[in-house]
Amino acid sequence: MLSSSSLDDEFMAVRATGVDRAFGGVQALRGASFAARPGEIHALAGENGAGKSTLIKVLCGVISADSGTVEIFGQTVRRVVEPGARRRLGVATAFQELSLIPDLTVAENLLLHEPPRNRLGLVRRSQLAATADTILRRYGVDYIDSFAITADLSVAHRQVVELVRVLATEPRVLILDEPTAALPDRQVEWLSTHMRRLRSQGSCVVFTSHRWREIEAFADRVTVFRNGTHVTTRDRISESEAVTLMSGRTFEGAYPDVTTIGRGDSALRVSDLRGGRLAGVSFDLRRGEILGVGGLAGQGQRDLFLTIFGARRPSGGQLSVAGEPVVVRRPRDAINAGIGISYVPEDRKAEGLFLPLSIRDNIALATLSRRSRFGFVDRGQERQAVATIVGRLRIGAGRSPAQAVGNLSGGNQQKVLMARWLLTDAHVLLLYDVTRGVDAATKHDIFELIAELAAQGKAILFYSSETEEIANLCHRVLVLREGRISVELDGPVRDAERIVAASLKEMPDA
Amino acid sequence: MRDAMGWLRRLLDGPASLGYAVLVATTVVYFAVYTSNLGHLPTSFDFLSILNTTLPLVFVAIGQSLVVITGGIDLSVGGIVACCVAITATTVDGTGVMPFAWLLLVLVLGTLAGAVNGIIIARARVAPILATLATLSIFSGIALWVLPVPGGYISPSVRMVLTNPTIPTGLIWLGLAVVGWLVLRRTRFGMRVYAVGSDEASAIAVGVPAARVKVGVYALSGLCSALAGIFYVSTTTAGDANAGAPFILTSIASVVVGGVSFAGGRGSALGAMAGAVALTLVIDVIFFAGIDPLYQSLFQGLFLVIAVLLGTGAALVARARRGTL
Repeated sequence: MLSSSSLDDEFMAVRATGVDRAFGGVQALRGASFAARPGEIHALAGENGAGKSTLIKVLCGVISADSGTVEIFGQTVRRVVEPGARRRLGVATAFQELSLIPDLTVAENLLLHEPPRNRLGLVRRSQLAATADTILRRYGVDYIDSFAITADLSVAHRQVVELVRVLATEPRVLILDEPTAALPDRQVEWLSTHMRRLRSQGSCVVFTSHRWREIEAFADRVTVFRNGTHVTTRDRISESEAVTLMSGRTFEGAYPDVTTIGRGDSALRVSDLRGGRLAGVSFDLRRGEILGVGGLAGQGQRDLFLTIFGARRPSGGQLSVAGEPVVVRRPRDAINAGIGISYVPEDRKAEGLFLPLSIRDNIALATLSRRSRFGFVDRGQERQAVATIVGRLRIGAGRSPAQAVGNLSGGNQQKVLMARWLLTDAHVLLLYDVTRGVDAATKHDIFELIAELAAQGKAILFYSSETEEIANLCHRVLVLREGRISVELDGPVRDAERIVAASLKEMPDA
Repeated sequence: MRDAMGWLRRLLDGPASLGYAVLVATTVVYFAVYTSNLGHLPTSFDFLSILNTTLPLVFVAIGQSLVVITGGIDLSVGGIVACCVAITATTVDGTGVMPFAWLLLVLVLGTLAGAVNGIIIARARVAPILATLATLSIFSGIALWVLPVPGGYISPSVRMVLTNPTIPTGLIWLGLAVVGWLVLRRTRFGMRVYAVGSDEASAIAVGVPAARVKVGVYALSGLCSALAGIFYVSTTTAGDANAGAPFILTSIASVVVGGVSFAGGRGSALGAMAGAVALTLVIDVIFFAGIDPLYQSLFQGLFLVIAVLLGTGAALVARARRGTL
């Protein structure tokens, strides 16, 4: 509750009072209140599942509240289905689960509602791309091809298009759910200038982020949510206090100590791997080792992970697992190779989860054949295995594993995906940006788990868009540059700046 | 010149390319089988007869591909065609303006029947396959009630306009169908059809009125089925309440051959139209090759499987070259 009575009377750009909302038995919001002023950038912070995304959907009218009221500039709104009506209110929202249509081009997505039309009212397809290009140029992102099919863009570029789509409406209330999770630093900078510009025009910007330094850098005020309710709203909150407020727990040390973990024999040897952006990568990953892959964005990190896992065809090079050469043509080969390879991706919507299925089914999926006898699944054993991992990762805050994954928050979905691959008992784990869009407390759980897995003798290849995580969690760091390893750093590096510096220097010839 | 090349490239790279390729291949086979069996090239009479017999399927295929692009399926086309055939054959028998007024009424009824499908699917959220299976039964029943035994008649004045047996008026209607599709593709509604089929949740999130789009699409499919019914009666000069059933599978087959994705969001009715013409040609090939008509469905089925295998094979090769997950 907002305690101060002056706040209750003040004219607000956005105000939600006593909002309840449940999804299939899961109470996402309970009596939630929120208020943001015109001309301010307001951060909304909370753990995964705290109700941030639900609140945002209620604020912009995509879903209705079970009870409670929402006001935009003093005007009460209910569920607003019509985009025109939403735009007349001046509200524009970029959603966490991107709301771009995958099969349409960038231009069609940007102009879905107001395409350029001729006198007969028909869409002028020749003008479509030109108009879209004008918009993209106006917002300084002309590096995006308006002819491209949206599904073919990288996650970062799709996010940029999503942001341009909402910015282009020049809204009075701009709501951004996790806008920076998929963005490289340069685009985060780009976004912040537009947020500040809108603020200076008297608009209200509400955003969520799991990166506290962004909240400190951008936000005028911060509201913390926990378990679907408002905890506090203040001008400043320190990161450590915020973590405590959001989780209700206290932590000592953000990263586990990996120096004590002993390293064993070779688990995965990669020799001269080529294909996609890879121009010959060789390294040796040992048991018990957490090997970081760093470098600027787009230097072949994603190709490296996908190629090892067999999701992308290499044009050359060899792999050997536990000393034995293996040929990996498809993910199934990697899963079955020697001591087993698992890949945990970052894009949970596209690469892995079955939203209508239960938490249990989603986790157990990759190990079905191992727990089946004559084609029937041993449900009892499955239940037990899932219960252990669900508890270990604190998935879904004590919810039943029979809940549909679609009802969980984004971060909890990420945990389900991790749990699935951890259950496979694979000894080589490829963790690709698994902490993207995950809150601090959950990150802490995931790091502890990674260290524990390494201590059990598993070999871990780790990439994160947060260089700081690579710097603190990894025994060694490979810095990729133009598809090759330009530098290898012994870790823990601790100082992320060293990795960034290493990514920039050592220019090979060019 | 560069524009022409670009246009050609778009034609070959586009979603309908499978349909065009299959149509070209079938046409070649048709010419070969025809000339080797009859000793001369097909005559203008043959082309006219192919044109007139293919028109009903072309219309149903347009409607079906619209529905499939939204991620749905319309089984009730068989029922709506049957209904419209029955009503046309029993009412459009006079002279003067009256027959055309009746035709208009048939089109309206077909559209309404389609809209009923759309409302059941979009508002009551019944799965398209269930909803249209049920309405297929209902519409087929109504057709039998209107025209219990095959018969009826169609006014010659209507026939001269629709499927004239001596001059290819059908070409005009085929051309109008193509233009109609191209226009629809360029409306805002057309963009929304693809958006809903590609990712309905995202489409709703950005404010596309998905339910309204779906109702519109099924209504258009109903309109297309009504057109098919009218052209069917015009070609055969009589009605049969069981005339609709074959259109269910053949329209879906046309859509498949035409390269429209059953996952929704991708494809073009132009491909489905090419597929529909190819499917009609296959029947003629079977006839001229002297194969027992009893085996017609067997060969049509084989044709469908081979066409689709070739299509997925080509897609797989393209994907392997791109090397995506």
